[in-house]
Order: sequence, then C-alpha cells, then structure tokens
Amino acid sequence: MTHSRLRPIGLALAGLALAGTVAGCSNGSDSGGSGGSSSKQFQFWDPYPQFDNSSDWVKLVKSCGDDAGVKIKRTGYDTSDLTSKALLAGQQGASPDVIVIDNPVISTLADAGVLASADDLKLDTTPFAKNIAAAGILDDKAYGVPIGANTLALYYNEDLLKKAGVDPTSIKDWDSLNAALAKIKDEGSKGITFSGIGTEEGSFQFLPWFWGSGANLKDLASADAVSAVKLWDDWLAKGYAPNSVINNTQTTAWQEFETGKFGFVENGTWQMGNAEKLGFKYGIISIPAKDGGAAPVPTGGEFVAAPVQKDTARYAKTTKIIDCLTSPDNLLKTDATLSYIAPLESAQQEQASKDPKLAPWVTAVGDAKGRTSDNLGTNYPIISEQMWDAFQKAMSGSDSPQAAMETAQKAAASKVK
Amino acid sequence: MSNTRAAIRVPRVETQVSARGPRVPRLPRFIAWAYLAPVVIYLIAFYAYPLYRNLDLSLRDYTVRSFVSGDAPFIGLDNFREVFADPTFWPAVIHTAIFVVVSIAFQYAIGLALAVFFNNNFRLSSTLRALFLVPWLLPMIVSASTWSWMLNSDSGVVNTALNAFGLPDINWLTSPTWSLVAVILANIWIGIPFNLVILYSGLQNIPDNLFEAASLDGASSWQTFRHITLPLLRPVSAITLLLGFVYTLKVFDIIWIMTRGGPGNSSTTLSTWSYELGFGSLLPHFGPGAAVGNLLIIVAMLCGLLYIKFQSSEASR
Repeated sequence: MTHSRLRPIGLALAGLALAGTVAGCSNGSDSGGSGGSSSKQFQFWDPYPQFDNSSDWVKLVKSCGDDAGVKIKRTGYDTSDLTSKALLAGQQGASPDVIVIDNPVISTLADAGVLASADDLKLDTTPFAKNIAAAGILDDKAYGVPIGANTLALYYNEDLLKKAGVDPTSIKDWDSLNAALAKIKDEGSKGITFSGIGTEEGSFQFLPWFWGSGANLKDLASADAVSAVKLWDDWLAKGYAPNSVINNTQTTAWQEFETGKFGFVENGTWQMGNAEKLGFKYGIISIPAKDGGAAPVPTGGEFVAAPVQKDTARYAKTTKIIDCLTSPDNLLKTDATLSYIAPLESAQQEQASKDPKLAPWVTAVGDAKGRTSDNLGTNYPIISEQMWDAFQKAMSGSDSPQAAMETAQKAAASKVK
Repeated sequence: MSNTRAAIRVPRVETQVSARGPRVPRLPRFIAWAYLAPVVIYLIAFYAYPLYRNLDLSLRDYTVRSFVSGDAPFIGLDNFREVFADPTFWPAVIHTAIFVVVSIAFQYAIGLALAVFFNNNFRLSSTLRALFLVPWLLPMIVSASTWSWMLNSDSGVVNTALNAFGLPDINWLTSPTWSLVAVILANIWIGIPFNLVILYSGLQNIPDNLFEAASLDGASSWQTFRHITLPLLRPVSAITLLLGFVYTLKVFDIIWIMTRGGPGNSSTTLSTWSYELGFGSLLPHFGPGAAVGNLLIIVAMLCGLLYIKFQSSEASR
C-alpha cells in the first residue's frame, strides 16, 4: 500500500473523529442548556412516569403552561431517581423550571441551594394545611407547596376479624391491638403485616409507632423509642407478624394482605383503589398510639417547587404555573387521579363529603406530621438511616431493641449538625 | 504544512538502508494521531475522566450544597479515615472477602467438574451445555428476584422443601446468620456458566493424543486429571479466576435486590456499602461513597498486577 492512498483515508478518519467530537459537544451543550433555554419553553419534572401525554395529569400540566403563555416540556422520572437528577441538574445549571418531588427531599434540595424560596417566587403558601406545608419549610422559609398528601393507616380483613372474634372498633391502644393480634393468631392466621425494610420506606412505616409511643426523633434511645422497636420485635417473636416484614416493601406487604391470610396491613392512602379489588370485605382504622388515641402519622406526598434559575424574570410565569396546578379545582382533580388527600382544608371537606370512604383518610392526614418538620430538616435523613438500621437489627435478632437504639442514637448524634 | 512535506519525504527515506531504528514506514504525525484519536477520546471520556472524578469526589468534603455549587473543600484523606473508622467498615470487608472467596471456590470447582463432564461428548451434551448457560443469559433483576421469592421465609419454595423433609424453616433473607449465605448461594449459581464456558474451551485445546498416551500408560482417570488436565489448564484457570475475582468483587445488584445488604449490615459488602453511602438515603454522602469505591478499584488493580506477574512467570517457564 502506498502513502498516497493512505493519506486520504487517514484524513477522512481524522475528519470523522473531529466531526464526531464536534457533534458530541454541540449535542452536549444542547441538552445542557435545555434547562432554561428559551423563554417560551419551560421544563417540568415530576415523579409520575406512569402518566403519558394522554393522561389527565399531563394535559393539566400543559394547559397550565398555556395559561401562563409558555410551552411546557414535561418529563416523568422514577421517584427514587429524581433527587440525584435534581442535584446534578443544579450542579450543571440546567435545572427545570418546575419540579414535583417527594416532600422529605424538599429540605435537602433547599439546603443545597437548588430551590427558589416562596418569597423569591412571590408564591402564597398560606392557604395550605399547616401540618402538610410544614415539610417544605427550612429555617423559616417556605420552598414549594404541597400538591397532595397521603399517609398510613391500618387496613383490616373484615371477614377474618369476624372469624377470630375481633371487633376492630375495640382497638384503641397498643394493648388492645396486641390482644386482637393474639386472637387472630390463635385462629390460625397471621395478625399483621407491614414494611420493615432497611430504607426510607421502612422508616416511614415505623414512624407512626415511634411517634405514637411519645418518642421524639431527637432521642432514639429514650424508653418510649425503645418500646416502639420492642412492639415490632415482639410481633415477630410471638408470630403475630411474618418474618418477611424485614424485607417487605409496602407493595409486598399489600400483596401479602391480598392473599386474605392476614388480619391487618399497615399501608397508605394510595392503596384505596386496589382495596376495592380485594376478594374480601375490608375496613380502615387509624394507627393507635401507645396509650390510646390516633398516633401521629408521617405525611407522604409531593410538593411542587421551583429550582433556582439564572434568569429570575422567569419566576413570574413559574409562579403562575404553580398557582394553576394548586388551585382548588385542579387539586381535586389531580388528587383524585393520584389517590391523594388534598392539602387544602376546603378541598379536603369536599373530598370527604363526595366519597365517605375518604373520610378516615382526611382525618388521618389532619393528624399527620412531616418527617422533616420539628425543624429537623436535613438532619432527618441522618436520623432515619440510623433508625431503620436499628429496627432491622432488633427484628432480625442481631441486637436487642435497647442496644440497637442506643447504637443508633450514638451514631445519629455524632452525625447531625 | 510540515506534514505534507514529511509525507513526501517518507518513501525516499524508507528505500535507503537506514541504521537508525526499525524500518517501519513512518506516517506523518498528524495522521498517526488521527488514527489514535477515536481510542484516545474514548479512553479519556469513559475511563480517565470518571476515574479522576471519583478520586476527586473521595478527596473533597461534599455536602449537597457544595456538590451543587462545586466549591467543596479539599480534605485529603479524611473521607478514607471516616470510612475506616466506620463500624460498618470491618464487617463489610470481611463479608466481601467471604463472599468473593466462597463464591469463586464453588463456581470454579463446579464449573470445572461440569466442563470435564461435558468434554466427554455424549448425546445431547451440547443441548445440556446450552441449558447451563441460562443463568448467565437472564437479566440480573430476574434471577435475583426469583431467588428472593424462592428463599422467602413464609412462602418460599425452599422452606417448603425443607419442611417436607422435616427440617425447620430458615429465614434466609431476614436473619443475620443466613443472609450472607443466601446471597452467596445465588451468586454461585449465576457464576457457574461463566466458569463452565471458559474452562470447557480450555479443555478443548488440550490435544487428545496426550489423553491417549496417558491411557496407554495405564493412568487412572484421577491421575489423568491431576497430571494432564489441571497443569495444562493453568493459564485458562488463571484468567478465569482473575475475571471471576473482579466480577465478584463488584457484585452489587444481586445483593441489593435480595437483601439490601441487610438485615442490619449482615450482608453488606464494600460495593453495596459504597452505593448505600452515595444513593441509599435521602441525604447522599458522595465523598465517603466514592472513597469506598476507590478502595474496591485498588483491590481489583492489585489482583490484576498479580495476574500479570503470574503470566510472565508462566511465560518464562
């Protein structure tokens, strides 16, 4: 082969390589800048990938954009991905204009400086129910507003309870619950199932018992806190709950309940639709506190927030979009599709009067409390991590509830700010 | 311009008998780089830069705030110190060591036994061999979920089988004594086909006449295996074990799907711990997570060096 023939090929290759890099770069800057590229196009991220363009939710989002005079490009992400996606986008200056995100993440993102405050946006947060909106407050500043709330309660299998001779209305505190579980076990079924997995999901399920014992997240080793771990631990030891709860997600716990072999399941508002498809009669009671009454339950559900933009002139339109999404009428529609309770008291009453099945949930959401409230903010994730580690250790028998919670408290205290 | 001139000059230089260096036709610099460019760009974009970023992450004090603003202070080896002092560190190291050694020992032994078995061609042997590849072909999420259903404490088929033989239930995934065993079991099952395929192809390369000569000399089948098969498989075994080591060291998905490193941290390995630190909670700890990841890279690299040393000593034999 001669060089005269080689050269053009080499040049062509070099050209191709160069073209490749150039194209690569221009692609990169395109997608990098798309966050706040044109003044007419607004980016919108939400954690509802189950909804496509033909869904009511996406139609609502787009029409709110049209009302504000902009075109919305909406992307649905998996909820567990959205936090790191939002942080990365913030780092690269490519944040979306509006983000819908799980409520305990708000304080983390706000602390990272990714979110614009309600003051910057001139967003009115006063109409929203205080206990729900509290999850969006960090250092007395509000970041975003709730779009809907959900929480936990106990679903029960009415047929099974009847057979075991348990009256669900008699369950007022932990003792009466334990007595009911014992009766169900004697009858030959499992008493209760829940999700005790070693993730945030497990902590979410543990909190009603933790708070219901009178414990405070600032002291995991208090006698009350240990009693909550002991309650779960005893259920396993006495065979009231299956061993699988240690690995159960809320979905697998629900699937266990669907088999009809369980008296109770701790689960959320979002299962209301599936509950109607159960092969047996069911009912709902609120989670009892140790000494009676309803335990405070953690609020679940998402917030609508606006990430910081270089061009602050965009905020006026962003605020218009958020106001539109959270107007009472639109909230009712959205929360009906998501099986959520509205974060406005007026809308909550309308929900309860329209569908009596929602009434216990409206009460439960009214008693609920944000995980990051009590001014815990970004300390909550640190504490939560130690807490799920502790109840996992206790239930799996590698540590006593007392020792596990003491270790957790020590680790949490050394890490919180 | 110098490039063009060089291109013209080259053939002439080449025709002369040169005492300086080898007589490889020299290409102009520019073209040489152009040929290299795709590989170099690829290596930098997909190997060098991510490695550099990971090192950088592990040497800085990243909080969510400084991650976004990009002004995380340099803290030297503090993240590594934090990781070493963490109560999870030693359990994670020990679990990783057990996980890797036990997995590889069984994968290799079973893979070799099967390879020798399939080397005697019999009817349907290739069909059977193909069936053994199934674990390898399945997406990890499918095999890991299937294993966790089978090992479920209350409704799993494994416990049902144990009960049928009058044995008590075992909380495979939810007891601290068994969770590591459970993930190792699943991992062995997944790794056997890889060992089988490579060792089988190694066996195919051993000339038949050696086996014939051995049988003429009256060697028993154990003697044949011990003195012919094993020594001739040495190079193939070495690469199988090295690749197996690196694969097993970084196994993450199967453990995460089956136990999430739990309960407590009874099945946490360095790779699951690294992920847990970086992405497992609502508040990411990127620095320590990257530090653990770097430790894994160092261990894998040491093992690679060991392999290169083995290879050169093998070559000089």
